[in-house]
Amino acid sequence: MNILEVNHLTKKFGGLTATSDITMNIEKNSITAVIGPNGAGKTTFFNMITAVYKPTSGDILLNGKSLVGLKPHQVSQFGITRTFQNIRLFNDMTVLENVLVGMHQNLKSHWVGTLLQLPHIRRIEENAKIEAYDILKYVGLDKYTNENAGNLAYGAQRRLEIGRAIAAKPKILLLDEPAAGMNPKETDRLTQLIYDLRTKLDVTIILIEHDMKLVMKISDFIYVLDHGELIASGKPEEIRSNKRVIEAYLGKGAVAND
Amino acid sequence: MLAHIIQNLPQVLIDGLTLGVVYAVVAIGYTMVYGILELINFAHGDVFMTGSFIGATVLFLFMGMGFLTALPALIVFLIVIIIAGIATGLLGVGIERVAYRPLRRKNAPKLIALITSIGISFVLEDSVRFIAELKTGNYIVTAPSIFNHRFTLSAHDWFPFFNNATFQGSFILVLAVTVVMLVSLDLFVNKTKWGMAMRAVAQDRDTASLMTINVNRVISVTFFIGSALGGATGVLFMIQYGTIDPYIGFILGIKAFTAAVLGGIGNIRGAMFGGVMLGLLEMFAAANLSIITHGAMGAEYKDVFAFIILILVLIFKPEGLFGKAVVEKV
Repeated sequence: MNILEVNHLTKKFGGLTATSDITMNIEKNSITAVIGPNGAGKTTFFNMITAVYKPTSGDILLNGKSLVGLKPHQVSQFGITRTFQNIRLFNDMTVLENVLVGMHQNLKSHWVGTLLQLPHIRRIEENAKIEAYDILKYVGLDKYTNENAGNLAYGAQRRLEIGRAIAAKPKILLLDEPAAGMNPKETDRLTQLIYDLRTKLDVTIILIEHDMKLVMKISDFIYVLDHGELIASGKPEEIRSNKRVIEAYLGKGAVAND
Repeated sequence: MLAHIIQNLPQVLIDGLTLGVVYAVVAIGYTMVYGILELINFAHGDVFMTGSFIGATVLFLFMGMGFLTALPALIVFLIVIIIAGIATGLLGVGIERVAYRPLRRKNAPKLIALITSIGISFVLEDSVRFIAELKTGNYIVTAPSIFNHRFTLSAHDWFPFFNNATFQGSFILVLAVTVVMLVSLDLFVNKTKWGMAMRAVAQDRDTASLMTINVNRVISVTFFIGSALGGATGVLFMIQYGTIDPYIGFILGIKAFTAAVLGGIGNIRGAMFGGVMLGLLEMFAAANLSIITHGAMGAEYKDVFAFIILILVLIFKPEGLFGKAVVEKV
């Protein structure tokens, strides 16, 4: 069953076409990678799914319901959250608070009740803290609960972003270059975490990644973008031997010389 | 000279604290909106003023109905302050909806919103003046006085080098109410879901919205709280100082804004501290300037003194006492 369907998605910035006519079907509970050289339109694609950009044409369907025209907070409330290529944590807030912000919509406390500090709302907020702590344990950051997010090491910040994103209980998690700048040990840990998310939390994962070793190992399915167009799609072994993909990455000569 | 200054100290502290907590609460309204929108909401001082007039209206209404004699003054006061707080809170939300949100939606430069806020400020001043004149024939209103018992703080008996200080009953009330407001706001911002959302939006609006936070709702909540606190403080001001007019919001607003800058704009605790400090400085100057300068300058130079301190602080710490130097994002 497809949880996310992307139909003929196009985004133009003035005369520049960032993505053109992209069609994808993402299966529920799968790990899908979107790869391509720099400037291929991968992040633009993520930005359209999360409603940061409005597509010029085309449609995005989550479980058959269109997401186009919604606001970012609505899309995230419907169950798509993300991490960022350049980490965007709330640096002046603690690690725990970052996760609590992710849980915002699941905290059923009306702000009038919050202002008056009604007892049941306080209880909800206490429970939220326990839940947030569990999430931190899950991503391996429970030691840093009260540390400011900005003080964490790089790899830890990436994992905190994932923690914050899963706090919203998403159906689909978008990871924008999760392994960027990580050392091999950190990447291994991340790989395990992504597997875990899929099996234990039942999340569908779409990731943008340049680390081909990671991509080939982890993905069920791969989409390749180049200059805003979808040039290939298939299982990892199909992509590995695809001529157009090798051309896109290494230039036309690379295939001929091989 | 020094003996004089020390003798007056208890009175200076009482008067300074009264004024300071008023500045502090109004400063919070500026700092919260700035923190979240990077907008200096110049209309905030006039929301404070509107609050004091709403308070006066309700008080006169109660007086007409005989409540003032039937109920304990404290209960009447609490009802008045709650009504004024809710009304000004809604006023603030309305101002944001009507005047600022459309600008934000069109990505207007921040300067435009600033000019708009000055416009709103005039609209509030003149609307209140118009209504007040229509109803009472005069735009300067003297509020019915409650809590005007005078108390004497016998500081002289404890420490012979102090003079005794006197204060009105309302001083205790002003202090108690503002402290309650400041503490609950601090808890709200640091402990609750909406407070957390507020801080998240202040740090990175786009990311917050991708984390399920409805940014416009958070902004409305911010305006409600800031304006409600400002309006409630307007009531306190009316009770403490007795006379109000539609232009009290202007100077007080500028000073509260100054207090917010002094504490580090965008920082709530900084605004509290800055407000109290400015109030104390001002009253210290009012009481002692003519002694210090041997009569060359009188109490009317108190603002100059307070603002010189401000300038000095900002020269050495431009981000304000509690502010964090902004690191340019790369």
